[in-house]
This record gives sequence, C-alpha cells and structure tokens, in this order.
Amino acid sequence: MTEALLRELGPQVLGLLVRRGADFASAEDAVQEALIEAHRVWAEQLPEQPRAWLVTVAQRKLVDLQRSEAARRRREEVAAEQPGPGSAEQYDDTLLLMFLCCHPDLSPTSAVALTLRAVAGLTTREIAEAFLVPEATMAQRISRAKRTVSGAAFTTPADIAVVLRVLYLIFNEGYGGRVDLAAEAIRLTRLLVRESDEPEVAGMLALMLLHDARRDARRDEHGALVPLDEQDRSRWNARQIAEGVRILEAALARDRRGEYQVQAAIAALHDDAQRAEETDWPQILAWYDELVALTDNPLAALSRAVVVGEVDGPLAGLRALDGLDEALGQHHRLLAVRAHLLARAGDTDRAEALYRDAARRTTSTAERDHLNRKAADLRAPD
Amino acid sequence: MPKYLLLKHYQVGPDSPTADFAPMDEWSADEVAAHIDFQREVGRILTESGEFVDAQALTQQGAWVRYGGPDAAPVVTDGPFPETKELIAGWFMIDVESEARAHEVAAWVSSAPGKGGEPIHEWLEVRPVMDDAPANE
Repeated sequence: MTEALLRELGPQVLGLLVRRGADFASAEDAVQEALIEAHRVWAEQLPEQPRAWLVTVAQRKLVDLQRSEAARRRREEVAAEQPGPGSAEQYDDTLLLMFLCCHPDLSPTSAVALTLRAVAGLTTREIAEAFLVPEATMAQRISRAKRTVSGAAFTTPADIAVVLRVLYLIFNEGYGGRVDLAAEAIRLTRLLVRESDEPEVAGMLALMLLHDARRDARRDEHGALVPLDEQDRSRWNARQIAEGVRILEAALARDRRGEYQVQAAIAALHDDAQRAEETDWPQILAWYDELVALTDNPLAALSRAVVVGEVDGPLAGLRALDGLDEALGQHHRLLAVRAHLLARAGDTDRAEALYRDAARRTTSTAERDHLNRKAADLRAPD
Repeated sequence: MPKYLLLKHYQVGPDSPTADFAPMDEWSADEVAAHIDFQREVGRILTESGEFVDAQALTQQGAWVRYGGPDAAPVVTDGPFPETKELIAGWFMIDVESEARAHEVAAWVSSAPGKGGEPIHEWLEVRPVMDDAPANE
C-alpha cells in the first residue's frame, strides 16, 4: 500500500523540485532520501497529507545536499551554472520529468534506464535484472544519464515523439527479473495520456494495450512462439482489447493520424477477428498503405508484403518485396517473409533454405527456434 | 541493447602488424603486471560507462568431455584441438548501443600492452549474444 503510494508520489515530487529550479541529479538524490525516510516513518503512521509531507522532506534534503555541494564547489573553486526552469511552467510535473528523462542528449538506452528509475520509480537492482546486467553497471548508466540531464540546459522540450519512442522501447524490451516492463510502459503511457492531448500519445497507449492483450497466447507452455494465426484467441484479453479500441477510436476521430494510431488500427483489426480466417485483410492492407506512406520504414513495407500475399496471393506478395533488398540486405525478417511467401507459392526447397538462413541470422533464440521449425515442417509435411 | 562476447584467443596474424608476439612466459614481471592491469582498467572503465556485463579469464588447462552412452562414464580427452592458439583465454561480455561500439571496445582490448609495452594486436572474436526477446508480430 505504502509502496504503491510512494511509487506514485516520488516522480511527482521530483518533477516539482525540478520545476522549481533544482538541478536534476540533486533533486533525484533528495527524493530518494525522502522516500527512504518515508518508508521508515510511514510504517508507523501515514501522514494526513502524504504528498505535502514528501515535498517538505525532499525540499529539506535538497537544501542539505546543496549545502554540502556548495561547500565542495567552494573547495574546488568550480563555477556553478544552474540551469533555470526555462519554459517548463506550462508542463505538468510528471510530463516535465518524462521530457527530461528522454532528453535528446541521452542515448535511447540511457533514456530507458533513467525513465524507469526516475519516473517509474523502479530500483536500480530491478532495472539491472530486467536487462541482465550487473547492478553496478546499471547504477553507473543511471548516474551518467542523471549528470547529462543535469548539465543540459532545459529548453522547450518540443518533441514528444522521443518520449513515445522511449516508452515503446520499454514496452518491447526487458528479458529477465521480476518486473513486468510491458505493464510499466502501459502505466507510464497512461500518465502521459492524462496530461497530453496529442492523438499519437493515445495511439501509443491503444497500440500497447492491443498488443499486450495477446500476451498469454503468444507463447506455448514450453515458451515457444505461437504465430498470430495459430494463437488460441480465447486467451486474448477481451477487456484490454475493448479499452484499446475505445481509446483508438477517440484518437482517430481527431483526424490527426500518425504511425502509432495506424499500427494500433492494424492490431485492432487482428484482435477483432474471432478466428484467423475471419481477418479483414483488405482493410489491414489499406492501413499498411497508410503506414508505409507515413513512415517510409522498410520493415513496415515488409509487413505490408505479407498482407499483400493474403489479399492478392503469394506471387503478388513476392512482387511487393521488390526493392526491399537494398534497404534490408540479409535481414532475417526479409528472408523469413520471402520464405513464407515462396512456401505458399509452392517453392518449398527455396523456402526451406531461406528459413534456415533466417534462423542463422536472428539474434532471438525464440525466433531462431520458430524459423527452424518452419523449415523442418516444409521438409516433412504432416 | 545488444550484448556481445569478446573472446580472447591471444591470436595474431595474418594481417596484424605483429606477425606474432613473444609468449607471456618471456615477458618480464612488470610487463605481465602491466598487461593484467590493463584488463582490470578495461573492466573498470566499462562499468563506469554502464556497458560492463562480465569478464573472466580461463586456465590453459582443461578437458574435452562428452557423453559416453548409457551406463558409461563420461569420455574425457585432452582435446581434439590441442593447439593452444585455438584455446579461449578469457572474455569480456558487454552491453552496448551498437555493433560499431562493440568493435570499438574489442579494438581497445586488443591494444593491451605486451612485451616492451607494445600493443599485442591480438584478434578479438566478437560474437553477438542471443536473447529470448519475443519477435514483433
């Protein structure tokens, strides 16, 4: 109970301190110390106004830290340059925090780590476990990111697209540990939706919900990948799909489409089919046409070719791959899609060889096993 | 973020500037110490940059072992590949932003000082580590 409350309040208080002009690294340290104290004190008795309590204590810690910092600086005679709060006033505290943690000076990896630490309130150990690196390494990654953000003057954070990319990375990454990073990404995106009326933010939330709804059906009991057309659709999360569709429809009604809304629309059409054979491929193709026009992403064009294969047959799908070799080279997905279309066209020998080649090139064990199974199926059809 | 294993074989040539380097037992104690210090320093700096996963050194001794069949003892030999140059001496595992960065780190590891403090220019084998990340549909 206290745990959940503290995780919610921590980022809010950090955002507030930063808005008031504190530098990010000191403010984060101050909030951490305040949270530790809250853990101790609140176990005895919860204060009447927990947020105000936390703000007061964090402020005090910040003053302490700045005092010792000032003393250190005097000793080293280093001129201090405190970035002002700039034009941050118009933003809500949590939003402000997310923009800071996704600062363009940070690499995507650093932004992911810092966001999970400062906005999601995960411990360094939890983040380290999720990415299978030692805790000391993750601690350094986070502390470097904090320093970068503290040093960078905070000007207008115009690009919400960067925040969305970081949230999507969190949604798709994470391999180990006890923390459910997909759920964390959804939680953070919900926070963002509350404070931003940009339709792409809602589109991202819808996309996450619509994909995550299939999570239980995506792997079999041995952990092997189950492709979409073979999934047990009764295991899809109907409530989550309904919510995703509702959010998506409201976003699309605003008539400012972007890649996440379009991807969510594609996911919604898949989720809408009770059986794989009922999939509305022509409509999915129309959305893919729009996605390719919007993003110019060769991987979107690759997925589109699969859909062309469903609508107009495998030979048309193979033609839709023309021109992708240059952009994708020997990318295992390109090889796998070509293998899939060739198999459907009846050229099983080439399809099998391409599946094997794709299996050698992927860096995902789950994908490798899946591709090798596809190859084996072609050699010995049952 | 992809992980890479940088395998140390202490292998040089054919294109290395040093066709071969003096084996470690011909180095002075200081030269060996400098070489080991360099490895430690690499580990420390990689931790500081948030990229370190693991580093280990292996003994030169080891055995080749395989299943001998039901109710049979494990089959143990000195190995089908006795040349020491084929052996793995150790590794770094790193978690980096890109393949280019992995290559940069490998080149740095290869610059470890040997006899006379000169870089040994050994070849590092750089292998991406697989993960179980679910493929996007």
